[in-house]
Amino acid sequence: MDMLKKLSHSSLALPLAALALLLLFNALFVDDFFKIEVMENGNLYGRPIDILYRASSLIILALGMTFVIATGGVDISVGAVCAISAASCCVMLGGDISGIPEHPFVLAILCGIGAGVLAGIWNGTLVAKFKIQAMVATLILLTAGRGIAQLLTDGQIITVYYKPFSYIGGNIPGIPLPTALLIALCMVSLVIWLDRKTSLGLMIQSVGINQTASKYAGINVTLVLFCVYIFSGFCAGTAGLIEGSFIRAADANNCGLNMEMDAILAVTLGGTLMIGGKYYIGGTIIGAITIQTLTTTMYAVGVSSDRLPAVKAVVILLIIVIQSEKFKQMYRNYRLKQGSSAAKEAEHA
Amino acid sequence: MKLVKTLVAASIAAVLAASVSTAMAKDLTIGFSQIGAESEWRTANTNDVKAAAQRHNINLKFSDAQQKQENQIKAIRTFIAQKVDLIGFVPIVATGWDNILREAKRAKIPVLIMDRDLSVSDDSLYVAKIGTDSYTEGKKVFNWLDNYVEKNNLKPRDGGDKLNIVILEGTVGSSAATGRAHGFDDALKASEHKDRYNILASQTGDFTRQKGQEVMESFIKSYRDKIDILFAHNDDMALGAIQSIEAAGLKPAKDIVIVSVDGVKGIFQAMIDGKANATVECNPLQGELFFETAKKILKGEKVPKSVFVEEGVFTSDKAAEVFPTRKY
Repeated sequence: MDMLKKLSHSSLALPLAALALLLLFNALFVDDFFKIEVMENGNLYGRPIDILYRASSLIILALGMTFVIATGGVDISVGAVCAISAASCCVMLGGDISGIPEHPFVLAILCGIGAGVLAGIWNGTLVAKFKIQAMVATLILLTAGRGIAQLLTDGQIITVYYKPFSYIGGNIPGIPLPTALLIALCMVSLVIWLDRKTSLGLMIQSVGINQTASKYAGINVTLVLFCVYIFSGFCAGTAGLIEGSFIRAADANNCGLNMEMDAILAVTLGGTLMIGGKYYIGGTIIGAITIQTLTTTMYAVGVSSDRLPAVKAVVILLIIVIQSEKFKQMYRNYRLKQGSSAAKEAEHA
Repeated sequence: MKLVKTLVAASIAAVLAASVSTAMAKDLTIGFSQIGAESEWRTANTNDVKAAAQRHNINLKFSDAQQKQENQIKAIRTFIAQKVDLIGFVPIVATGWDNILREAKRAKIPVLIMDRDLSVSDDSLYVAKIGTDSYTEGKKVFNWLDNYVEKNNLKPRDGGDKLNIVILEGTVGSSAATGRAHGFDDALKASEHKDRYNILASQTGDFTRQKGQEVMESFIKSYRDKIDILFAHNDDMALGAIQSIEAAGLKPAKDIVIVSVDGVKGIFQAMIDGKANATVECNPLQGELFFETAKKILKGEKVPKSVFVEEGVFTSDKAAEVFPTRKY
């Protein structure tokens, strides 16, 4: 019941409507869009599954981004951090053709996530401790991140032949759902648990609305900010592993390219405002799925991938304008006018 | 204090003398500006230029532009000031070279372009271009394909009368993508078997693995059992596509014939594993030809405006044999 109430909340209604519209378009114009097959090895296969599992790394990134944006900040380094994480994991595993990893798999995964957390600590220190504007502070890793990843990989694309590495972006044998989707589900549950069962959510919102007031209310603002950026780094590290595993390689130039923008979009589509304060986890998830649905739709109708950003921009522009306070007010005024003229007409009659 | 100064002066003199004596020992001085090190392919290209310079006993002044045109222009200007015998460079972009090349011409230093194309108002600003020929690469892809189809008597999987081809294009507007596409199309149109093929879909995958994978995924969803052949404009996209094909439960190189361009190590491994059929080489080992041509120019011999390196076609049955000799 509680969930239902939250779904019908006005800020969720819009992203849901956008997603529904996209899906309707697909149902009408793309053959077999909703067809899901069960393959011989038991894996599920079809465009809806594609959307969900390709969206999973974006969902994870956007979760971290939601908290960051709720504090009134932004983390534009996440795409580059993805590249660092994928690079460190692949370097640890090594590109040996026989498929024997240089270091244990668990260690490599920890290394990838650890790289993300380290990046988060760096960002957090700059923003929370040295009070540098979030955009500027994270800009440093945005520009340096790919360079670091290049250094790690020696400027080469390291292909990993170790089989289990491909399970992260594919399926673990015997489990029909893509692993990336399961990881995303775990992260979502974790975040919802944190949001509901701890006072962290309240603290984040409070910091986002007014830092000074929060301080006087006894909230450790520095610590909250610090944690938020570390969590974003952790999310980026996890997403990086998934992105790397999709192609079973570390491509420092292209891994997670422009994903920071998609993550910010997902958050704003979900109804969270860039000025901070109230946030909507559900909205973020739907936002991320909407963006991926849009991408998959474009591929399905044959729009080439270099023109995709233009189409994306138009759709997003529409959604954002509709969501804006000013537009809502204009709409209300219009309704009022209509109402009053209708009333007048009724009078005349 | 005085002692320090004398020591510094002496050491500078010694270094200078040493550099002069090594310069004297070499025949020619050639300035070379490389783009940077963006890929394995480029690294192989750089290493080959350096190795070939040593073989030819050339005093090579090598400069890395780190992906910036202004750095290349600066480097070329330095080469002119140093009065090198010849200037070579890999133009990072096609335009904006007129002024600096005019300066070189005024200083009477011949310019030799390597690997990439450039457009200048006056063709005489550079002597010749060494490089790969993406148009011919595209042609070779089709010719190999047609041969393969003929030899193996390949039949359309959907039982129709035409073999369906899907194409993963490179970055839109890049010379490599345009050349390869034209070469392939022209060879297809000129072929006596042109009615045998049908291009089902063609989309860009931006030369990257991830995009190649995503676009192929979409092709398979739309056409699945119709696709007989995949032509990828580079190996990386083919490698991404192979994963989509496998994820869809199809067999790469068996259900769908896969041919791509470049010849990187990854595709050789895929061919050894039986997951790709052939790759047309895009050869980065251009150093030898570069210095040979440079020597000819300096001797006053005439050279053609475009000099192309040799490029082979490698197939899966030879992959294991060739693999150990690959340098990139």
